Amino acid sequence: MAAGLLAAVLAFVFASVFGEPQVDNAIAVEESTAGHDHGDAGEVVSRGVQSTLGLAVATGAYGLAFGGLFALAFAFAYGRIGTLSARATAAVLGAGAFLTVFLVPFLKYPANPPAVGQGETIDERTTWYFVMVLISVVAATMAAVLARRLAPRLGNWNSALAGALGYVVVMAVIAVVLPSINEVPPGFPASLLWDFRIASLGTQLILWAGIGLLFGVFTERRVRRVAEVPG
Amino acid sequence: MTSAAAPVPVPIRIPVREILPWAAFTAILSLVLLYFVGSAQGADSMIHEFVHDGRHLLGFPCH
Repeated sequence: MAAGLLAAVLAFVFASVFGEPQVDNAIAVEESTAGHDHGDAGEVVSRGVQSTLGLAVATGAYGLAFGGLFALAFAFAYGRIGTLSARATAAVLGAGAFLTVFLVPFLKYPANPPAVGQGETIDERTTWYFVMVLISVVAATMAAVLARRLAPRLGNWNSALAGALGYVVVMAVIAVVLPSINEVPPGFPASLLWDFRIASLGTQLILWAGIGLLFGVFTERRVRRVAEVPG
Repeated sequence: MTSAAAPVPVPIRIPVREILPWAAFTAILSLVLLYFVGSAQGADSMIHEFVHDGRHLLGFPCH
């Protein structure tokens, strides 16, 4: 399935490009935030570089990394979730990845703009965030496997519902058990926090929609071409 | 009477054994990349500040 991997390369390069316009919109929010009180730390890298090149590299690397992992997940999932086409598999997988890798952890540990969060607790917060993401991904994978096992007995629809329910229950328990973090300083404008989190959400949504849909387009095209060649 | 519909390929299952080498390779590469963006907290200076905006926006914890 070198074709799939080739498509993956294109897809995640594309996906990182796809995410950029949204990121640019969000910079406006970012920068108004920085104007509030972030300028005291002594700048190692200028704001100008951070908000353009740095952001591009960060997003690009993130898109690249998840593009690669997505291709892997696709290789495992294709032909194993019902008889979905390559395109549909990629779309379902993209939506699922958005939910499990970002949205669910985000509900517990939402993205914070600069000036929110204390420097001393950064290690702790980073650890819990990654733990949350890891658990979410493992739980979702197990739910998918479970749903597939149940499919012959319950039918595709009901088994998918059962898997989803299992995931929701597990994550609800996890969200309650893991420590809460609230370090929003008093007086921090609530609307700004909201805008930032929406921008963060939008960035991730664009990124995952891009990965899921573009990967689907490339792979579908490739699969059809291969199928049309006799022999 | 001829239908020109393109044949819809039947999904094939790629054997897990064929995926595994790719899996190991890509996973390691991706995790290194993610570490670079997401948690290069120790390397406080350049890298940390360079991808600072991206980390905030992508939802990673940051100060």
